[in-house]
Amino acid sequence: MPGVKSKRAFPDFEKPIVEINEKINAVIRKDPSSPELEELNRKRNSIIDDIFSRLTSYQKVQLARHPMRPHTMDYIEGIFDDFVELHGDRKFGDDKAIIGGLASFKGETVMVIGHQKGRTAQENIERNFGMPHPEGYRKGLRLMKLAEKFGFPVITFIDTPGAYPGVKAEERGQSEAIATNLKEMINLRTQMIVIIIGEGGSGGALGIGIGDKILMLENAVYFVCTPEACSAILWRDSSKAEQAADTMRVTAADLKKFGIVDEIVSEPVGGAHWDYEKTFGVLKKRIGYNLGILKRTGKEKLFEKRYNKFRNMGVYEENGRS
Amino acid sequence: MAKKKDIPEGLFERCPKCGFSVYGKELEENLWVCPKCNYYHRLSSDKRLSTIIDENTFREYDRNITAADPLNFIDMMPYKDRIESYRDKTKLTEAIMSGVARIGGIEVCICVLDFTFMGGSMGAVVGEKVCRSIDRAIKLRSPLILISSSGGARMQEGILSLMQMAKTAAAIARLSNESLPYFSIMCDPTSGGVSASFAMIGDINISEPKTLIAFAGPRVIQQTIKQELPPGFQSAEFVLEHGMLDIVIEREDLRSTLIKLLKMFGKTYGKSSKKD
Repeated sequence: MPGVKSKRAFPDFEKPIVEINEKINAVIRKDPSSPELEELNRKRNSIIDDIFSRLTSYQKVQLARHPMRPHTMDYIEGIFDDFVELHGDRKFGDDKAIIGGLASFKGETVMVIGHQKGRTAQENIERNFGMPHPEGYRKGLRLMKLAEKFGFPVITFIDTPGAYPGVKAEERGQSEAIATNLKEMINLRTQMIVIIIGEGGSGGALGIGIGDKILMLENAVYFVCTPEACSAILWRDSSKAEQAADTMRVTAADLKKFGIVDEIVSEPVGGAHWDYEKTFGVLKKRIGYNLGILKRTGKEKLFEKRYNKFRNMGVYEENGRS
Repeated sequence: MAKKKDIPEGLFERCPKCGFSVYGKELEENLWVCPKCNYYHRLSSDKRLSTIIDENTFREYDRNITAADPLNFIDMMPYKDRIESYRDKTKLTEAIMSGVARIGGIEVCICVLDFTFMGGSMGAVVGEKVCRSIDRAIKLRSPLILISSSGGARMQEGILSLMQMAKTAAAIARLSNESLPYFSIMCDPTSGGVSASFAMIGDINISEPKTLIAFAGPRVIQQTIKQELPPGFQSAEFVLEHGMLDIVIEREDLRSTLIKLLKMFGKTYGKSSKKD
């Protein structure tokens, strides 16, 4: 796990896992073939099972925001080959909170685009905590259009607390940038896969989140506003974030149930941050599988399905019936 | 404050900005703009329509589409009860009214968001009614006018309300593919999930003066940056200056401007405009 060394990075509920891992590592350092190890590993698994069997929604939010969790660049390096990063929106600037570029996936050229969070304070300042300005969305769209022109599939990675709420972002048209992306992504004439890898923060996530297949990591979350903001607005009390997370239904299972997400991608025991390689391996297979399906679907049918997918979202009553 | 005894209560309306009391009928004739300080009263959906469309031409559609509660959402009160209370208070069915009307004799599909109903927030009903209006515009080959006044997505419908941004933008994309004109009119306030979806992507973006138009509201921004916001920040004039609006126009001139525009787009809609 690169970047973060402090134990403080772990949320409280994870502390027993961290402790047993340290014990196991200490034993391995002394004697890699110690007979104690089998028992310790069993214990580790039972601790994790216990914690994960009663994980609350808010704990999932904490996992999704875990600083050691793989971020977009980690996935790009772990799953794709020959990544060439492309910068800038050709209008205003280059937003480091959204990265993108060409890469090779099993020999095929694809366009990858994603929010990029940092791990250290320094990185987070540079990446603006993964909160894009309008030029980030415009860069994303520029790269999508480039992919469309040459028939490359687009794969986006979602991991942001939200689009940045700041003066410059408003001046440069945050709303216009996101709205335009939504409209253009619906019309984009190429295959598109969206993967929610961490935090799916509101319009800032959706701004690069339209696609033919929406995949979501098991411990990722997706919400209309952060549980903290929801708590402050609806309960007028910022300490109700845990309750808000439950009420808002933010987990992958919730989103699958509502038909927003097509597929949940399973994570290694304890979460993606404990085993990057395994996480990449599983996701790579799912990308390959879904890309195969999309490539076998006729283009017209693909676009019709994408439109209908979003057109049918939402639950309402008609003549008193839902 | 002293009340005039010979006039029944309610006939006078006070300006929320300058406090000036004006006879209701006079305020209506002034299109609900304060004659003293020029403050634009926020308008309910029916009043808003009356300032724009030809008299008695509005046919409402989709009134039977109402909110469900897929999350069983309870904050300080259950969502269902909240909806009920707004229905009682506003006599509206939802935060949007949609239908077909005439403007200068030209038939248009039109939706009006109503800020008095849960802050004009967009949940599945607003999303569906906007989309059905767009479907109708395509079927009738008529122009589309969406009048926004909304705080954004309706949090009580969780992620499903966020997806209404994608859904309405998708329908606008369809309309755009059909080359039918869409005029977006932003009224105070237009923010969050509404400004970041259908409102900002009109073929023509129009706003009334001093309207708040924002992605994130001023309070949220102030909490984030912990600095004073520049004067006039996020006003229609500010947004116009930054290139996101085509026109900022006085309320009294909106109708005539729409008629002018509709006429100029005349060849793009109607039966003969069908694309091959």
